[in-house]
Amino acid sequence: MGCWKIDIFDKLTILSDSAKYDVACTSSGVERSGKPGSIGSAAKAGICHSFSADGRCISLLKVLMTNVCVYDCKYCINRVSNDITRVGFTPIELAELTINFYRRNYIEGLFLSSGVIKNPNNTTEQMIKALELLRNVYHFSGYIHVKAIPGAESELITRLGLLADRMSINIELPSQESLKLLAPDKTKESILRPMGLISTQIQEHSTDLAQYRHASKFVPAGQSTQLIVGATPDTDHTILTLTEGLYRKYHLKRVFFSAYMPVAEHSLLPSIDIKPPLLREHRLYQADWLLRFYGFEAKELLDEQNPNFNLQVDPKCNWALNHLEQFPLEINKAPYEMLLRVPGIGVTSAQRILTARRSGQIDFSGLKKMGIVLKRAQYFITCKGKIMQGLNITSDGAIRALMADQYKLPSPYPEQLSLFNEPFITRKDVQQCLTVPI
Amino acid sequence: MPDSADLVYAYDGSFEGLMCCVFESYELREIPIVIRHPGVPQSLFDTAKWIETDEHKAERVFNSIPLKISCQAQELVKLGFLTCVPHKELLIYHFLRLGFKVGNKVMTMLTDDTVHTLLKAVRHLTSESHKYKGFVRFSVYGEVLVAVIEPKNFVLPLLSQHFCNRFQNEEFMIYDKTHSMALIYQSQKAELIFVDELTLPDVDRTEVEYRQLWKQFYNTIAIEGRTNPRCRMNLMPKRYWGQLTEFATTPTIPTFPAAALVKRSQFQGKS
Ligand code: SF4
Repeated sequence: MGCWKIDIFDKLTILSDSAKYDVACTSSGVERSGKPGSIGSAAKAGICHSFSADGRCISLLKVLMTNVCVYDCKYCINRVSNDITRVGFTPIELAELTINFYRRNYIEGLFLSSGVIKNPNNTTEQMIKALELLRNVYHFSGYIHVKAIPGAESELITRLGLLADRMSINIELPSQESLKLLAPDKTKESILRPMGLISTQIQEHSTDLAQYRHASKFVPAGQSTQLIVGATPDTDHTILTLTEGLYRKYHLKRVFFSAYMPVAEHSLLPSIDIKPPLLREHRLYQADWLLRFYGFEAKELLDEQNPNFNLQVDPKCNWALNHLEQFPLEINKAPYEMLLRVPGIGVTSAQRILTARRSGQIDFSGLKKMGIVLKRAQYFITCKGKIMQGLNITSDGAIRALMADQYKLPSPYPEQLSLFNEPFITRKDVQQCLTVPI
Repeated sequence: MPDSADLVYAYDGSFEGLMCCVFESYELREIPIVIRHPGVPQSLFDTAKWIETDEHKAERVFNSIPLKISCQAQELVKLGFLTCVPHKELLIYHFLRLGFKVGNKVMTMLTDDTVHTLLKAVRHLTSESHKYKGFVRFSVYGEVLVAVIEPKNFVLPLLSQHFCNRFQNEEFMIYDKTHSMALIYQSQKAELIFVDELTLPDVDRTEVEYRQLWKQFYNTIAIEGRTNPRCRMNLMPKRYWGQLTEFATTPTIPTFPAAALVKRSQFQGKS
C-alpha cells in the first residue's frame, strides 16, 4: 500500500508518459461561461497554459485512466505483449488531480484516454464513471477531451459524449493494410463506425439545441483524430486525401499528425533508431492548414505523380511555383482568395490588406507598416502596378532559384529544421496551428 | 488650430484625465506636444499646463467617440490606454484628432503611422493578456488563491473578467508586480487596488505536493525525440518563466502528512 504520495506521483508519471504520444492538446472549439456553484469555463480559441521542452502546447492534463491494455498494437508502449508496470487512477484520484491543477490554473481541463481494460464496453463504462464524478460531484465545468474506445457500444459512446467537450478516435494508421499488420485488434470499421456515430450525434444535438434551449450538449467542441506519419509506407497523398475526406464526410474539427516515434522493436516497423520525420509532419500540418483556411483542395497540392511533399519548399510556395502564370498579383485589386495564395501572406495579412484598401491605395512601405513580411511575398506581387524597387527578376527560373535558395536545408540534419525557419505562415499561425486550432 | 511649439500638458494619469486633455485641447484650440504622466520627473522650471480631471468633461469626450468615429475606435482607445507603448497619451490623442477629422475611416487607415502604431500596441496588449490567461499560476494559501505576474502591459483589467467568471466560488488575488496593482476577487466582487509590495507566507505541504506533481507532469509530457528549446522559447519567452511553477526550484516538503488526495488506489480494472 505505502504512502499515497509516491503512489499518485508514480501513477501520474506512468500515465502521462503513456499518453504523451497523443498530440492533440487543444482546448478549443467551445465557449462556456462559468456558473455559480461550479468551477470552470471554456474559451472558444482555447488557452495554452505552458509549453513543454518539445515546444508543444500544454493545455490539458493529458493522462490515461490506465495503461492496462488487452490489445496488442505493435506501435504502442501499452500493448499487452510489452513488459511494463501497469497502473490506473481511481475516479477520485483523477478528479482530485484535475480540480487541484485547474484551481492553480495549471491546466484548461482534462484529456482522458485509456488502455482497453477488459473490453471496449467495460473501459468506456469506467471512463463514464470517472467523468460523472468530475462533472456532477466536483462540479467541474472546464474542458474535457475524451478518447472513445473503438468497438464500444453506441449507447455508451453517447453517454460518454454528453460528459465531454471533444471526443476523438485515433485512426493512427492511414490505410486498411497498415491497420491489419500493425493493429490486429482494430479494424477500419471499428474506428469509422463510432466516428460516424459521433458525427451524427453532434448534428442531431445541435438541431435539438436550436429547438430546446435545455437540450444537453453532445461534444460541443466536435471530434478530432490522429494519424501517425512514418510508421508505414503510406504516402503524403494518401494521408492528405484521407484527411480531406474526414473533414468532408465526418465534419471533424481537426486531424492531427504525429511523426512516428519508435517505441517498439518490430520487424514490421521502422528501426528503433530512426529519427521521427518531423519536417514531413510539419509539411502535412501546413497542407492541412491550407485545406481548412486557405481554400485549397488536396488534389491541388499532391497527386499520384507527386505523392509526397517537397521537403525543401512548403506546400503553398510549391503550388505558387508551379503556377507562376497566375502571378504577380496586384495587391490593390486581387480578391481575398488569391491574396491567400501568395507565399508569405497569411489569413491575418490578407484581411489587413482588404481593410486598408478601403481607405486608399497600398504601396510596399504601407505593406511593411501593416506588419506584412515581404521576404517571399515580394516575388509574387505588385503594388500600384509596380514590382518592389530593387527587385531584379528576369525569368521564372530566377524566382525558382531564389526560393530554393531560401530553403537550403541545414544538412546533415534535415529533419531537425526548426518550425520557425520559414515565414510560410506567420509564427502566430504556426502557433495556432499546433496549439489552438479552431 | 494654432500650434504652440512647446505646449506641455500634465495630467493625473487616469483615463478620465487623458480625456480631459483632449477636451482642453479642443476647447482652447491648442495642440500639446507632450502629454505628461505623473510618473515623469519634472524639471525645476516646469512650464507644463496642469489639466484637472473632470468626470463630466471626460464623459463628453468619451461618449463622442462612438458618435463621431465608431464603437471600435472607442474600444481601441480604452485598450490603448492599458498598453506600454511609449507616449501612449500622445498617440491616443493623435488618433482621436485624426478620427474626429476623418470619421470611421480612421479604422481602415492601417498604413498611417499613428493608426498602425496604436493598433500594434493594442495587439501586443491583447496577446500578452491572452498568454497570461494560461500563464498565471496560483498558489493556494488556506482558502485563497494568489498569483504574481510581471506583465509589460497593464493586463489586469482584461484578465479580470476571465478569472472572475471561471473561479466564481473562489477567492483570489492576482498581483501585478510591474504596475503595483492587484486584482482582488472575494464574495463575488472584483476590485483593482494599488499594492506596493506583497509578502507571502510559506506554503503548506499540500501546495508543495501539487507543485511537485505539476512539475513532474510538465517534464514527463515532453517527448525527448522532439526536444526543441527554440520553439518553446518563441512560444513562451523566458521573461514569463520567473513566475511559472514548472520552472521554480522545488521547495522541500515541510513535514509529513496532510494530504488532499485519497490514500489508496482502488482501481479494479487491472486484470
Ligand atoms: S488499444 Fe490503445 S493502448 Fe491498447 S495497445 Fe492499442 S493503441 Fe495501445
